[in-house]
Amino acid sequence: MAVTSYPVSEAYAGGPRRGAFTRLLEDERWLALVLLLPTTLLLAIFIAYPFEKGIELSVTDSKVGVPGVFVGLSNFVALMDDSIFRTAVWNTFYYTIVTTIFKLALGLWLALLLNRHFRGKAVTRAFVLLPFIIPTVLSTFAWKWMFDPTFSVINWTLFRVGLIHGRINWLSDPDLAMVSVIIVNIWRGVPFYAISLLAGLQTINPELQEAAAIDGARPWQRFWHVTWPLLLPVTMVVVLFSIIQTFADFQLVYVLTSGGPANSTQLFATYAYQIGVGTGLLSQGAAISLAMFPILLIVVIVQLLYIRRVETH
Amino acid sequence: MPRIHRRKLLQLSGAGAIAARTGGMAAILATSRAPAIAQTATVHWLRWNDFVPASDVYLKQQVIPAAEKALGIKLNIETINGNDLQARTTSAIQSGSGPDVICGLNNWPQLYAESVADVEDVVNEIGKAQGGFYDESKAVANNGKKWLGVPWCVLGAQIVYRKSWLAEAGATKFPETWDEYRALGKKLKAAGRPVGQTLGHTFGDAPTFTYPLMWSYGGKEVEADGKTVVINSKGTVDSVKFMTAFWKEAHDEGGLAWDDTNNNRAFLAGTISSTLNGASIYLLAKSKPETYLDEKGKPMHLDMAHSPLPKGPAGQYGYHLPMTNMLMGYSKNQKAAKDFLRWMTSKDVYQGWFNSQGGYSVGATTIWEKDPLWDKDPVMLPFRAAARAGRFPGYAGPAGRQAAEGLSKYLVTDMYAKAVQGMPAEESVKWAEGEFRAIYRA
Repeated sequence: MAVTSYPVSEAYAGGPRRGAFTRLLEDERWLALVLLLPTTLLLAIFIAYPFEKGIELSVTDSKVGVPGVFVGLSNFVALMDDSIFRTAVWNTFYYTIVTTIFKLALGLWLALLLNRHFRGKAVTRAFVLLPFIIPTVLSTFAWKWMFDPTFSVINWTLFRVGLIHGRINWLSDPDLAMVSVIIVNIWRGVPFYAISLLAGLQTINPELQEAAAIDGARPWQRFWHVTWPLLLPVTMVVVLFSIIQTFADFQLVYVLTSGGPANSTQLFATYAYQIGVGTGLLSQGAAISLAMFPILLIVVIVQLLYIRRVETH
Repeated sequence: MPRIHRRKLLQLSGAGAIAARTGGMAAILATSRAPAIAQTATVHWLRWNDFVPASDVYLKQQVIPAAEKALGIKLNIETINGNDLQARTTSAIQSGSGPDVICGLNNWPQLYAESVADVEDVVNEIGKAQGGFYDESKAVANNGKKWLGVPWCVLGAQIVYRKSWLAEAGATKFPETWDEYRALGKKLKAAGRPVGQTLGHTFGDAPTFTYPLMWSYGGKEVEADGKTVVINSKGTVDSVKFMTAFWKEAHDEGGLAWDDTNNNRAFLAGTISSTLNGASIYLLAKSKPETYLDEKGKPMHLDMAHSPLPKGPAGQYGYHLPMTNMLMGYSKNQKAAKDFLRWMTSKDVYQGWFNSQGGYSVGATTIWEKDPLWDKDPVMLPFRAAARAGRFPGYAGPAGRQAAEGLSKYLVTDMYAKAVQGMPAEESVKWAEGEFRAIYRA
């Protein structure tokens, strides 16, 4: 950036002398460095160091309390033979893809509704955020009770209104257990989509909609040809964040099923926790965690490239 | 911690006071010892949330002040969910800080052998004074090189059942064999009173059922050499086939997702007729007779009885959950913590806690079988000598690290759970074999 020099006023020239550090900060390059320093430090301590430690652990045979020795990639090779790991990989993809589709569809729908003018709009918007605001562990415990094999309020209600005659084993049946964790994830994730997309919707100039309406575009056409293309960059960022979070989801599944029954809801994170922290096989747990990394990296690169392309066009 | 006598106290506090008066904090630091008032050691004891809440109350209200009085320590007792104990232990060891003493379940101490202090002197002293430890207590707390902790207790696992419901189904006594239990369970389930059993990822009720079932059909995970995996045997396959049919015919199928608390609630709510458990269901019903009533409005505990798991073609086995107090290697309070373990496990002090359990657990040493507590309630008698009848995961090999890994990964439980969910018995056993081979090969 070009630096223009201005004549110094007398009052300023006569002020206290500036220290060497202050003078250094006059240079924008140094100022930028200083401003970035706290964030860099935080990232280094809480992201880079654990990541590096994870890599270090994954190539050793360390167990809890035993440092271990270098074993190369044998932990990763062993994972290929681990049937629970294969189940966890499949479950994680399935869980992420299904929940992302539903969260996007429902979130967008909700955002479009909330973008309209109606009485009590502010209160409704605040309530919509509730599932996202409540700590995950707390809300998941509430869901756990609702899915309880013996005391499920959902079963009770369905039974009372005559829709079922037996009990639905929400968390005991392997397929239903996966459906249950997916439902809770969608319930929790939709507000994030809705509010983020609502923010995106509000940046779209209403005149564009009006112009399209004057040209005779029907509501669906206005959405598809005006709203959606303009909302796409925001949507992509929201989906990117959501995929990363869902792929590495832990709390929800841990509280609801602990990965059971018989590993049918085991995800990368829950399995890594069970092996690394529960069983104390730190290196194997780290290897399971790191196996997520290349997949997430590809997702991030593809999406960022796509966002750049959309913005360029 | 050494007891501080009056003269010593005066010397120390005098030194501190003079140092503080003449030189402030710098002078205190120069004396290289804290003023006497700051020398009270704190011993942090991490335990599970007891299924007999009265015992937690007893520890906090009675034992904490007693420890302070007897040992001059500040005792800090922390209780958490049993399923979270392993995670806490791992993070404490890796960070090198945390509770001084952790009360581990099962054979978990074997996983932490390198990170716990040897407590042989305390164990010898307690064992000598109290008639020796049960084999099971030794199997889980000793790895052949050192004592990994001071055995604390053994939680007996017995089937609790509703006498009248079984009688209505035609049983005058609890079935002696698995086949008889299955036939009875079929009738009970048809009457809307199924058998309740967890096959979920939980530390107690699941493995204490699945391992003995496997053993009673002749199955075992490994040979006595502790290396040769032999779980894929006719006995194991037969046990899995039996369980698959038993599950469909007799069980509450919600049990696949239960943790250690679900069957307690289901039994007390009257939705299941029998379940493998510690004595906590009975003790709770007995402690609140007006809350827990049967369908006739009478106290439910009067209609309860206990029985060991039935016999199979290869015998009758039990697996009773042991608990061991590990003195963590990272603890800065080694002496204070060891003194505490010696004191806490000594007969007079332990007696109070044992009484508060009401028979839910037996002591890890043999004298507790002879305690007058067992004469008070005949319903509790099956728990009295439960610890003698136990085998432990890893059988026929040692209950070492590999066995603990298999247990922590719920391999035997999942073997049954997979078959119950539809996987052919041979395949589920083969799956378990592959997993155990990976563990014992490492």
